[in-house]
Amino acid sequence: MELINDLLLFLPAAVVAAGGLTVMMLDGYKAKSRTIYSTTMIFLGIALVISTYDLLVQTPQLIFSDMAGAGGTAAFGTFIVVFGTFFTVILTHDYLIGVKHNFPQVYPLLMFCTFGMIVLATANDLVTIFIGLETMSVCLYALAGIIRDKRLGVESALKYFVMGAFSTGFFIYGITLLYGATGSTSLPEIGAYTDGGLIYWGGVSMLLVAFMFKVSAVPFHMWTPDVYTGSPTTITAYMSTAAKTASFVALVLVLDRAMPFITAELTSVFSVIALMTMILGNAVALVQDNVKRMLAYSSIAHVGYLFVGLAAGSIAGYSAVLFYLLAYTFMNVGAFGVVAYYEKNHDVHFNNVESYAGLGYQRPIMGILLSIFLFSLAGIPISAGFNAKYLVFSAGVESGLISLVIVGVLASAASAYYYLRVMVYLYFREAKESVTLMQPKKVYSYSLVFLALLTLYFGVVPAGVTEMIYGYFSDSALTAVSP
Amino acid sequence: METLLNITIYLPLLGVLAILLAKSDEAIKWIALAFTSLTFAVSLPLIFNFDVAGSDVAQYVTESGPLVFGLDIKYIVGLDGLSLLLFMLTTFFGPIVVLSSWTSVKKHVAGFFAMLLLLQTGSLGVFASLDLVVFYVFFELTLIPMYFLIGIWGGAGRIAATIKFFLYTLVGSLIMLVALVYVGYNAGAVLNDGVFLTDWRVLSGMDYQLGLVEQTWLFLAFALAFFIKVPLFPFHTWLPYAHTEAPTAGSVVLAAIMLKMGTYGLIRFCLPMFPNAMLEFAPAIAFLSVIGIVYGALVAMVQKDVKKLVAYSSVSHLGFVVLGLFALNTIGVQGAIIQMINHGLSTGALFLIVGMIYDRRHTRQIEDFGGITGIMPIFAVFFMIATFASIGLPGLNGFVGEFLILMGAFTSESIGNIWFAIVATTGVILAAIYMLWMFKRVMFGPVIKEENKLLKDLNAREIGLLIPVMIFIVWIGIRPTHFTQYSEHQVEVLLEEAAQKRAAILEASNPSELPSWANRLYDITPNYAELSGEDTNE
Repeated sequence: MELINDLLLFLPAAVVAAGGLTVMMLDGYKAKSRTIYSTTMIFLGIALVISTYDLLVQTPQLIFSDMAGAGGTAAFGTFIVVFGTFFTVILTHDYLIGVKHNFPQVYPLLMFCTFGMIVLATANDLVTIFIGLETMSVCLYALAGIIRDKRLGVESALKYFVMGAFSTGFFIYGITLLYGATGSTSLPEIGAYTDGGLIYWGGVSMLLVAFMFKVSAVPFHMWTPDVYTGSPTTITAYMSTAAKTASFVALVLVLDRAMPFITAELTSVFSVIALMTMILGNAVALVQDNVKRMLAYSSIAHVGYLFVGLAAGSIAGYSAVLFYLLAYTFMNVGAFGVVAYYEKNHDVHFNNVESYAGLGYQRPIMGILLSIFLFSLAGIPISAGFNAKYLVFSAGVESGLISLVIVGVLASAASAYYYLRVMVYLYFREAKESVTLMQPKKVYSYSLVFLALLTLYFGVVPAGVTEMIYGYFSDSALTAVSP
Repeated sequence: METLLNITIYLPLLGVLAILLAKSDEAIKWIALAFTSLTFAVSLPLIFNFDVAGSDVAQYVTESGPLVFGLDIKYIVGLDGLSLLLFMLTTFFGPIVVLSSWTSVKKHVAGFFAMLLLLQTGSLGVFASLDLVVFYVFFELTLIPMYFLIGIWGGAGRIAATIKFFLYTLVGSLIMLVALVYVGYNAGAVLNDGVFLTDWRVLSGMDYQLGLVEQTWLFLAFALAFFIKVPLFPFHTWLPYAHTEAPTAGSVVLAAIMLKMGTYGLIRFCLPMFPNAMLEFAPAIAFLSVIGIVYGALVAMVQKDVKKLVAYSSVSHLGFVVLGLFALNTIGVQGAIIQMINHGLSTGALFLIVGMIYDRRHTRQIEDFGGITGIMPIFAVFFMIATFASIGLPGLNGFVGEFLILMGAFTSESIGNIWFAIVATTGVILAAIYMLWMFKRVMFGPVIKEENKLLKDLNAREIGLLIPVMIFIVWIGIRPTHFTQYSEHQVEVLLEEAAQKRAAILEASNPSELPSWANRLYDITPNYAELSGEDTNE
């Protein structure tokens, strides 16, 4: 009975997994791509409804013999992941048809990947985190190279795989050492351990290194630009939002539950990481001509801002990180969605910023949408991006990291340059050759409009969702109590 | 009335929606004109019902609940003596700017007017907001429409100019954001049970006193943002480019309204929140503003492009405004406030006039003109009045502001040296030289170029949009008290409270706990040191 009860609390993941198996079978029986797509959407729609419901009503509790959690941050992470996947699938379907590489295998892979992400975001045990991380990563390796006859795609898949496998090694080693030191893999039990020691610190650092690989923080970011550029654009959107959210939620969980008493020590480490990530991400993004590559480096820069929230090490900081992930999902899926739209009208190499000249006036809706998403990424009010940055930086100021925050805002001012540059080409330059853009599909443009509305909505009234996120940490029964 | 204030702020935004639905370019122009005129009409009761005697308390206040959980950030808007005139100036220029672009904007008409209206909502919000975070949001929001106005409808070098403008302002305001967040937490810890607080009415009051060291850094962070926006020498380099490349409407809004956000911010936020730092930095900033006055004037003198000349004259004129603010006496600050309005009117008029001649000849080089008076007599009259107003001829508005500012600077204790005022006075003389010399070369003498003989004089639309500006230029010149009365009481109260707060903070600070630079900067007298020494002995 308990198992069924637990499964009910874990329903979004179960639905997604069942969906993945179903669409894989459909593919095996040579169903039409259209059928596979609609089946995927039905399952994801159900999962989205359930996860929204969970988000609003579930209370934080532990399930599966304390291996995973439900409600609170878990429900929040699940929601973002399913939400991101839902829109990714809509965009991917259209995009793959547009670039004439419509492989139906992409749908089961996306579903299994999402399952891994949900496990990752709900974990309460290092072993669960590991299972989630690997399920997600293995699917992502395959997704990165889904366009098999493209050199860049294969290259990016291979690079991702080698680097990912390397970081997995670190992760396993970290778990081993932590188990050796604390005698447990459960997050709260590790959190209750306060004796320190070389083995313990070795485990902590290995674990954090592995996480930094996954979220692409400097100096562990090397794989990101190539993988993001080489993968199909909508898959890149998926990697940079859903995958990053899942990893970050897991990281916040680990920090909040397994390492509550060493936040002071971690603050200095995270400050250095944040500093390097913000500076390098933004500086390299400044000189990119390829929009996709620019967005890849910009996503590294955003990891830097997120680390400011982690460095703050406070409830305000962690909840700011979660809000940031939500906002980032809206705006980044949106931005990549428009980039994918421009791309699928031509070929997969239509990414140079110069080829965007004058496109803003053709299909004005798409131009306006891209502008909204880019302004939000740059952190200009009134957008979700501004509020996210504001919360992260104000958490930093509250924790006394003022010089770090000043570097952060300056880096963010520099970032405005490369986001604006895209708009310079969209609107201020005359089109060189006649580029015709097809009418986007209704569902495609409506999805993007919806994301833009959410971006603006959370730019004006973030009160409700910030209150909800705050509640996860202040009432969390799961946080280890002080010894 | 509270509703009326909010309607005034958001009516232009509604106009943007209406424009997006409109079909023809002609309809779009009429919609823009209708919405800006309506905004101006709706804003009139705000000034007629304004309680002049109680101008130090914000009126027509709307206050919402907290916007972000856990932080006491509220949507608070209202008008007081400091903001009322600038708010009215913004609504006043709305229809004028729309009319000035009636025929000159030919591409992407819908986008142009949508951006103008968006800019108006942003500007009105800046002047009306009484919460620091809400102020910041509106302050940033004005950047986006201006970025597109310059970038799409500007001149040949528009892209570099608009990016320079955007990034320069953004860097300043982001540093201000960090300081603002710090103030919010600090004020929250002192006054609000640890909950982040940015209500201006609380922060400007006597209860909120910042220590001397914090004040110094916070003042520098806030002031940097505002100095860039003003712009004060040496942060002015973005301005000539932005002004020259912007379309006429963009230049007018930039000069008349957006530059004022900097000087307005200084008086609104820096004076009540950082009174000690404001006082101690006054000589240094007076020095920079005097350099700005003279440098702007000298550079204006050698310009070949009329628009660039007017742009550099802005640097010079705003130097006067900053000088008046940092005189920190009633007469100087009052002069600065009225000079903000004057500069808006006279420089706005000059940009409108330059735009009119540019529309006809598609050049702004002084050497391309000459003898225009005989060909365009009505134009000559308006141009002359605007030129005289900009120089500061008695009887027109510019004189009032500059006279008060110089009076304030002469008698100021904060600046402490009359040489600042003496050198600043040469700025008035230089202004006469560069403006009249330009006027002579453009308007008088023989007609050298054949093309100029065919120029048509101003049409009814152009006369109609200039006349209201001219009326106010003369009105302020003759009866300045009709306008200065709105801010007088509040300025007195603000300066008085700042002096009290300054003394209280000095009293409370312990020299032995302060770093030596702070002791030197704030010149903490041995008197206080002895007092605290006795305390420890006991």
